[in-house]
Amino acid sequence: MESPLTPYVPVAIVLFLAGAMAAAIPFIAGLLGPRSPSAVKSEIFEGGNPPIGSARQRFAVKFYVVALLFIVFDVEAVFLYPWAVNFQQLGWFGYATMAVFAATLVVALVYVWKKGALSWES
Amino acid sequence: MTFVLSNPWLHGLVFGAVLVSVLMALVAFITWFERKLAGRIQSRLGPTMVGPFGLLQPIADAVKAMQKDFIVPKDADRFLFWLAPPLTIAFALATAAVIPFSKDVLAANLDVGVLYALAFSGLLAFPTWVAGWASNNKYALLGGMRMVAQGISYEIPMVMAALVPVTLAGTLSMQGIVEYQVASGWIIATPVGAAAGLLFLTTALAEGNRIPFDIPEAESELVAGPTTEYNAIGWSIFAASEYAHSVITAAIVSALFLGGWDGWWNLPPLLWMVAKTGFVFLIVTWVRWSLLRFRSDQLMALCWKYLVPGALLLVLIAGIQVSVRG
Repeated sequence: MESPLTPYVPVAIVLFLAGAMAAAIPFIAGLLGPRSPSAVKSEIFEGGNPPIGSARQRFAVKFYVVALLFIVFDVEAVFLYPWAVNFQQLGWFGYATMAVFAATLVVALVYVWKKGALSWES
Repeated sequence: MTFVLSNPWLHGLVFGAVLVSVLMALVAFITWFERKLAGRIQSRLGPTMVGPFGLLQPIADAVKAMQKDFIVPKDADRFLFWLAPPLTIAFALATAAVIPFSKDVLAANLDVGVLYALAFSGLLAFPTWVAGWASNNKYALLGGMRMVAQGISYEIPMVMAALVPVTLAGTLSMQGIVEYQVASGWIIATPVGAAAGLLFLTTALAEGNRIPFDIPEAESELVAGPTTEYNAIGWSIFAASEYAHSVITAAIVSALFLGGWDGWWNLPPLLWMVAKTGFVFLIVTWVRWSLLRFRSDQLMALCWKYLVPGALLLVLIAGIQVSVRG
């Protein structure tokens, strides 16, 4: 009896091996490399001047707008996947349904476009 | 051999070990290849001194990087600063698990292979952001933010472009898509497939933070972006995972659009897959050393105003093609 999770066993092993490889390299480098920290060495690079304030400050809102747009359109893309796989059984009715769905999202895209959310410098 | 193939644990262990070690060796070789090619393009020789044709240069570089003092900057988040480089290489290597290199050479034949590959290659933006945040450096943080914005934006047209082969083949399994191409012709041979392939390659360049989309790193404005504060092995791992990501993306493009291990003249399928991957990687490298960098606003406009609607249109056209074919 084959469990539906059987194909994922190799994936888990590859993940483990990739993680082990990724952990081994810095570990070995840590053994090989010297360790002599000093105040000047660990200074943060900011064009050669002493850094002004913390780097972790408030950030431009445009990045958050991109994140919001991403969620909407990525969920759309995820919805398209089961449709694409079962498309040959669904026929033209399935096609029309998906076309309506896609059209709704195009309307949304036009809306955010006209609102100026897609222009980076504003 | 059949015993190994039928037991999922042994299968994963054998193919996983081969996959990870071959990829790491390949990454070393590829840095040499890229430097040689870059040298040719810029009328230089590239590495020549270490070993024949400079072939041992990557090994010399790795040994050197390992012996350096790994400096953690002042007030950095030590744990995240250490964590970010291994995460990038782990994600890059894990992506390769579902790529079919021939009929049998495949670590995991998942039903949702395409989704798995896209998910892991999309995850790559986040360790970069972790690096930017942990560094406590303004350039690094800005670079990390740009990486996330660019990574998630280009994720959408990339996922949609990958939908075209999925729609045509009617399966999400990478092996299934290659088998479809063996039976009914390569996807790049159809107009919609060719357009989707080009679109996928473009978005893959952006996902992998390659020129002309290397805005997060933008040396002229951000020093080195998220990797500004990284030196020694940390920086080397970032560089290695960028190459690993590029070559794995090239393999995904070959499998989804160029017929994977399908070929002529009774040559081994594995050879065809490697040749196609090498060809796509050659294009990626050539682009890198020929083009200039986009601006941030051009990058975002290209993605949202052209690639997203274009990719959606391609999916709908692919749907019509499948329906008409019946």
